[in-house]
Amino acid sequence: MIQHLVDGILVGSILSLGAIGLTMAMHMLRFANFSHAELLSIGAYCALVFDGVFKAVYTPLGDVIGPLSLTWALSLAIVISMAITGGSAILIDRLVFARVRAKGGELSMVFASFGVAMIIRNVLGLTFGLKVQLYSQDIVFAMVLSRDPFLLVKPDQIFSLVAALIIMFAFHLVLSRTTFGYSLRAVAENPQLAQVSGINLNRMITLIWIIGGGLAAAAGVFYGLTNQINPVLGRDLLLPIFAATIVGGIGSIYGAALGGFLVGIASNLALLILPSGYSPAMPFLIILAVLIIRPTGLFGEERQ
Amino acid sequence: MIGLISYLIFFTTVAAILSIAVLGLNLQWGNSGLFNGGVVAFFGAGAYGTLILGGTAQSAHLGGFELFYPLALIGGMMCAGLMAWVVGKLTIRLRHDYLAIATFGVAVAFENLMRNAEGLSGGAQGLRGFERPLHAWLGDGFTYNAIFLVFVLILLIATYRFLELLIRSPYGRLLRAIREDETAAQSLGKDPAKIRLASLIIGSVIMGLSGGLYATFYAFISPQDILPILTFQIWAMLIVGGAGNNKGAVAGAFLIWAAWTASGWGLSRFAPLEMQLYTGSIQFILIGLVIVGMLLWRPQGLFPEKLVISQSGRAKHVKNRE
Repeated sequence: MIQHLVDGILVGSILSLGAIGLTMAMHMLRFANFSHAELLSIGAYCALVFDGVFKAVYTPLGDVIGPLSLTWALSLAIVISMAITGGSAILIDRLVFARVRAKGGELSMVFASFGVAMIIRNVLGLTFGLKVQLYSQDIVFAMVLSRDPFLLVKPDQIFSLVAALIIMFAFHLVLSRTTFGYSLRAVAENPQLAQVSGINLNRMITLIWIIGGGLAAAAGVFYGLTNQINPVLGRDLLLPIFAATIVGGIGSIYGAALGGFLVGIASNLALLILPSGYSPAMPFLIILAVLIIRPTGLFGEERQ
Repeated sequence: MIGLISYLIFFTTVAAILSIAVLGLNLQWGNSGLFNGGVVAFFGAGAYGTLILGGTAQSAHLGGFELFYPLALIGGMMCAGLMAWVVGKLTIRLRHDYLAIATFGVAVAFENLMRNAEGLSGGAQGLRGFERPLHAWLGDGFTYNAIFLVFVLILLIATYRFLELLIRSPYGRLLRAIREDETAAQSLGKDPAKIRLASLIIGSVIMGLSGGLYATFYAFISPQDILPILTFQIWAMLIVGGAGNNKGAVAGAFLIWAAWTASGWGLSRFAPLEMQLYTGSIQFILIGLVIVGMLLWRPQGLFPEKLVISQSGRAKHVKNRE
């Protein structure tokens, strides 16, 4: 029970990072972006590449940090990966979404995002192979946090959770303390009115992709660090991330953060009663439950 | 020669079965602006429903109702419709993202359930024990397949005619009116949610028919047949054909299915041995490029919808009838 709860919180932090970017893009550009989860894959593989590069360039970077399997090289690679993934998100927007958007039609955007997701996923598969990869071949033993109730946690998991919380807190500070944060919230609330007040909409769209891509990259690396990396990583996390945005209410950044944790915890607790084979279907049950009980989610507003 | 003809029969049968699903999607997306991200779930519901209802008794999983075949097929279609009703009821009043996400989710959940619930669906091994109808009289060979093709083509034409009638009827006009301007339709006292829900259900029932026929053709269905790629293929067919146009939808289905099988054959034949594992990835990239490319450069499809102006075009006709 307590083990499932803790595992749920750890997975939840990864889902939250993914859901924050997704909900922002969905709210501002008015479409369900099915390619968002592929940014997690891009981030995970990008970090894998730069991890290797840094280790090759300067060997001491290959040393692990404390009890973690995380190396100095990988922690640098995370930062680079966040930047590159944010850049890729902008590139995808310029190449595909912006052009489809210009032609109008929110539904075309959704279709396009499915197409983009397929292309990214399979290009990653072709480039890096379909096999499972790991950041570190060393076996890191889980720590026994307590014997009764029995609780096992890997150091990497704790690192991921803490890092995810720090990133989210930093983003919260940006949102609540800076002019940029105010403009972001203004655009999310009412794009037309925000433009009238002199906010450059296109610049905000670009920034949203950078932030969304960066957060997604961090989520992807943390997932790779605590589980494994493979080309279908994004596909497997897509539905849970969508569930998190719906739980939080589409468009609500804080809702998405909370939604991620709730989906993670609920999915893990469900394993107490359901066989583990059913876990990919869990997010769908959560979506159904939210739609029945409170369609607007925790913090969503009613809007057609 | 006979080999070529058998292959053509096989190809046409599968393409015609998929065309039916594309027609169902065209009603939802082309005519009503509904986004169905889980075509494969409704297709699968029809397939599993038909085989479970029409199959012989099995010890390993549910089945053995041995219903008369047309009843089993209709039962499968009703399974698909029921699923669409549940999903639609919950999401159709919300903004369109919810329907997209929920239908995508239902496809993931459905595949997952069929793969795991062995008592229901036979699990990963699939559903067995279905005898193809009239199998005792027609045997298993060439004659059977030729007659089955005729049966499928009749159902394809029937579906086509039904949809053409439907979209020309007042209901069809209403659908397009809602697609173009929901508020305007609402101001005329129409209930968009109800009309959309009906369209989602009818389209899904048609997808269920397609799935039922597919399962009948192979006398077998397994989770491998209801993977998400099928949804993308069916979309690509509609996007290439031209959303809103039923003829285009069927043409798109044949075109994309031909391209898919040809690329699969070409890759398996000419790709170097070490690349064989990746031919699937290459085909998926191609389908993705087709979808994105069409949306970028020819969103109306190869055979675009002819927009009709109902009032001026039909005013005379209506007056005469009155």
